Amino acid sequence: MALMRITSPHAHGPMSTQRVMQNVLLATVPGIVVLTHFFGFGTLVNILWGSVVALACEALALKLRGRDVGFYLKDCSALVTAFLLCIALPPYAPWWLIAVGIASSILLAKHFYGGLGYNPFNPAMVGYVVLLISFPLQMTQWAPPRGVGEVPGLLEALQACFMPASYDAVTMATPLDVLRQNNSLLLEDLWKETAQFGRWAGIGWEWVNIAFLAGGAWLLYQRIFTWHAPVAMLASLALLAALFYDGGSSASGGSPLFHLLSGATMFGAFFIVTDPVTSAVSLRGRLIYGALIGVLIYTIRVRGNYPDAVAFAVLIMNFAAPFIDHYTQPRTYGHKRGEHKP
Amino acid sequence: MADTSYKELSLNGLWKNNPAIVQLLGLCPLLAVTGSVVNSIGLGLATIVVLMCSNTAVSIIRNIVSDAVRLPAFVMIIAAAVTCIELLMQAFAYELYQILGIFLPLITTNCVILGRADGFAARNRVMPALYDGFIMGIGFALVLVLLGAMRELLGTGALFANMDLLFGPGAASWQVTVFSNYEPFLLAILPPGAFIFTGLIIVLKNIVDDRIKKYQDALKERPAKGSKRVRVTGTIS
Repeated sequence: MALMRITSPHAHGPMSTQRVMQNVLLATVPGIVVLTHFFGFGTLVNILWGSVVALACEALALKLRGRDVGFYLKDCSALVTAFLLCIALPPYAPWWLIAVGIASSILLAKHFYGGLGYNPFNPAMVGYVVLLISFPLQMTQWAPPRGVGEVPGLLEALQACFMPASYDAVTMATPLDVLRQNNSLLLEDLWKETAQFGRWAGIGWEWVNIAFLAGGAWLLYQRIFTWHAPVAMLASLALLAALFYDGGSSASGGSPLFHLLSGATMFGAFFIVTDPVTSAVSLRGRLIYGALIGVLIYTIRVRGNYPDAVAFAVLIMNFAAPFIDHYTQPRTYGHKRGEHKP
Repeated sequence: MADTSYKELSLNGLWKNNPAIVQLLGLCPLLAVTGSVVNSIGLGLATIVVLMCSNTAVSIIRNIVSDAVRLPAFVMIIAAAVTCIELLMQAFAYELYQILGIFLPLITTNCVILGRADGFAARNRVMPALYDGFIMGIGFALVLVLLGAMRELLGTGALFANMDLLFGPGAASWQVTVFSNYEPFLLAILPPGAFIFTGLIIVLKNIVDDRIKKYQDALKERPAKGSKRVRVTGTIS
């Protein structure tokens, strides 16, 4: 008799790595569209050029490591890294900046550690931090949003990327920057006097964050990740912002809604914090992991010197993820609570 | 140490047992001061001289000092040598002395030096000990300079800047601008750059070792095709 012998578990995951990655790519689309609407074609050019460099770096690394280039390129993980990094970069960045960032992401953060699944740090955020500490000038220049300044066209975006020497960038402080440097105006007056502020946060930024929230919600619906880490991060960020809001004085850290809809909050919460490789694994661990990221984001945003804090916060907590997992191991089925204790 | 032939010592110090990239000793100065070539050369020279002095002195007293107090005695010798170097640098290369700062006195605690004193000089005659100190120092300094060159080149786009700190005013013009109009890659000069580039150098060394091993394996004599193994079992009448 030829009976097939299959051992349990029999659960079958319908999602391949490739499908997961493609879904993540798809979920970034609303955010990219809104970014392009408010800040012009800079982000799109970033992403196009970044994807080319990422695929080239990935192919090179796979070839050097003697892996199956075609098979691993098709899992789209390099593309996801490129998309995430290029969305985080300022639009109208020069080509070499993007290339250095992508190369750091793919080669340094991913393949030096053994490739997809073995990287202790989020590759896109490593690339971002390498650029931020190496080229602070280029990395803190954001274009003014539509409605505040002129938005460059496609040709100008290409020129800014590939012939950076001949392009005069128009830049403006981001709302987060303006708020941190404010120490004399009440928030109400600051809102009136500074053109970048919209209803709750910066003009453009509000809608960018809402778009990434929508993309993230769709991923959640598709069960690409669980709700724990992003919700914990957003909740702790909002809680801290509420605690230190102090009614909008000149020393205020900004309202909770401002922090939720500013900078890379939503993008970070749903596309960076949820990285399955570098985050904590257990559900309780994810809650702690996300909450501590929120705390760090608020602290660095209000007290630090950098334009945004998501990258640093995520990298610091990546360090801590194995530690969190160690202390939040779930109870195995059949064991009672506290049974292992004497 | 069984083999103290000078050829073996040289091979060990420069490549097979290089203090910086194989033993991974003395990483603190290696990572901290290699931001430029001139710093690396300065610290490298100081380390070479200290290693030679301490190895010689330790070798001379190796039969007098008892085992129980050998480490304090070694440290005293090393500290004396380092103090001399410090005073010399203060006299002849004051700016460099200031740049190297705490890392000059810290040569005393550099594990390479104590390691060679206890591991080699304390059980060998004076001449091999002196030579071992020299060649280990060279091995360490070469890695320092290589690392310094990589970091300076990427971090500033130029090489050999400020060489006048070490070699007198005539050396001020030695600077080579490799990339003009270069956007400085600050990461290379900052501490993470030191770790990353040290790792890269170790990787390169391991790759070269692998290649050499493969090449040597290929050179080994193989039995000719079709030859048969000699029967060794069974009874021989």
